[in-house]
Amino acid sequence: MPMDWFPLWLSLRVAVISTAISLAIGLWLAWLLANRDFRGKELLDAAVALPLVLPPTVLGYYLLVLLGRHSPLGQIYEWIFGSPLVFSEQAAIVAALFHSAPLLIKSARAALESVDRSYERAARSLGASEMRLFWSVTLPLARRSIFAAVALAFARSLGDFGVTIMLAGNIPGRTQTLAVAIYDAVEAGNGAVARVLVLIVSAAALIILTLANHFIAGPETPGRPAVSERF
Amino acid sequence: MLQVRLQKQYPPRRDSAGFTLDIGFTAAAGVTVLFGPSGAGKTLTLDSIAGFVRPEEGRILLDDQILFDAAARVCLPPRLRRCGYVFQNYALFPHMTMRRNLEFAASGSRNLERHRKINEMLERFHLTEVAGRRPHELSGGQKQRGSIARALLGGQRNGGARVLLLDEPARGLDVPLRRELYAVLRQVRGEFGVPLLLVTHDLEESFELGDEMLVLREGKIVQTGAPSKVLAQPANLDVARVLGLQNLLPVEIRALDPSRNSSRLRYHEFDLNGPYFPGRLIGDRVWIHAPPASLNAIPREGKPGANQVPASLTNVIEKPDGLLLQFNGDLAVHIPRAGFEPHRSVREWLIEFPPASLKIL
Repeated sequence: MPMDWFPLWLSLRVAVISTAISLAIGLWLAWLLANRDFRGKELLDAAVALPLVLPPTVLGYYLLVLLGRHSPLGQIYEWIFGSPLVFSEQAAIVAALFHSAPLLIKSARAALESVDRSYERAARSLGASEMRLFWSVTLPLARRSIFAAVALAFARSLGDFGVTIMLAGNIPGRTQTLAVAIYDAVEAGNGAVARVLVLIVSAAALIILTLANHFIAGPETPGRPAVSERF
Repeated sequence: MLQVRLQKQYPPRRDSAGFTLDIGFTAAAGVTVLFGPSGAGKTLTLDSIAGFVRPEEGRILLDDQILFDAAARVCLPPRLRRCGYVFQNYALFPHMTMRRNLEFAASGSRNLERHRKINEMLERFHLTEVAGRRPHELSGGQKQRGSIARALLGGQRNGGARVLLLDEPARGLDVPLRRELYAVLRQVRGEFGVPLLLVTHDLEESFELGDEMLVLREGKIVQTGAPSKVLAQPANLDVARVLGLQNLLPVEIRALDPSRNSSRLRYHEFDLNGPYFPGRLIGDRVWIHAPPASLNAIPREGKPGANQVPASLTNVIEKPDGLLLQFNGDLAVHIPRAGFEPHRSVREWLIEFPPASLKIL
């Protein structure tokens, strides 16, 4: 039986797009959690972490209820784009997003908080706006850890199963991602296909994790200058 | 001109006693030293002026601009205050070159003007050669000068910093680097007409740099004045202790004679003759300060004479300019090295208090 490569390409596409979205939203949320004190901050922090501990099926169920064809959000989506969100490639992206964003937000927050506060104070007292402080000081100083967070989020969104199958289903050639395809192949007793896909996912994950570790433990971590550097 | 009056309270917690900062002072151009032990509220004062910490009460005025006013609910954010802050770790941005660090501070002014300003600063602080280097490639002295230059440029949109706040800049520096820092700060004092507010717990530093000295203790200013005046006449026992003065003796005034400019003081079971103390009464219990260098130490032979107190030697401490002999009863005498050599083995001594050496706190 010829190998069907669609799940691999779909998963890569889903992972890239969902990571990009999760970076945009996650960086902002991480900044908010790291820098601002507001009412309900603890709650937001817990809510952000919730997808990490909930069973994927539970998360998928919530999303299905929230974004399904009969929900307000689902109807708005359908009105704008002309087709329902659920059981589409976009649904797989949303599933991957909710699966991976918490990890990115958590790590990005830690990365932003690890930047020495005196740099931020210095920037403020030198007349920098909060925007400028973030883009020219905090982000560059935390960039290695943020890269690592992005890599982890990418790896996680590449391998989501539970949320995807609840929200996007298992439609070969449309919403069948790598993880779902592996399940499908094993169910169908198609061991050869399953083995190839399993190896691909494992290798990708290993490479990405190595990369992430390299970023975290790189030779220079400019956000945390060694004590000896002062003298 | 910087006018500060502020209050900030930290209520007691289970793991820490409460702390109240309640101070007021004015700092003109020149160096004003905030001197005091750790935990006196020195850095908190700087942070309140810079806007990193919000006090509960008071008012901070810088050149007729209100930076903070609790009653009027004014609290400018740090970026609008034009307070140059020199951090203990310099806080030069590690991912930028020295020039980029200065550009960061000078942004907002027009390009040509900014370029000229930065070149001038690099020139003044001898950083032109290393302008293209990043902080980790710079020497300690260069980083120090760079952080001061950057702080002075800050708020360039409106013409640069109007006050320079320095948080223990000499802490952890070796002696040559310290000398260099003092020279740079003197240069800044001479060339830029801005007040410098220097936090330190080093008495020598206060003397070397300070035009005015504010002694802080437990969140309050206990004395102000020129450093030499403060040291010569500490306002009270607290100040004397904060300054680290030795030979603080509790005495009772037994006799006062203005015509002969003399007094008699009772210290434990000894009588000491001192100068006349105006404004004091017989029977007053006061604290006397006798600088270690103004006293004499003589090996004990027979009974103590006039103004002599017997004491046992407990410790000999080497000092750059002689020896500090420490005796029981918290007494210390500073003597030249040669004077001590012949009596190295003597334990029992007499300490002589010349009348002029006794000063009431």
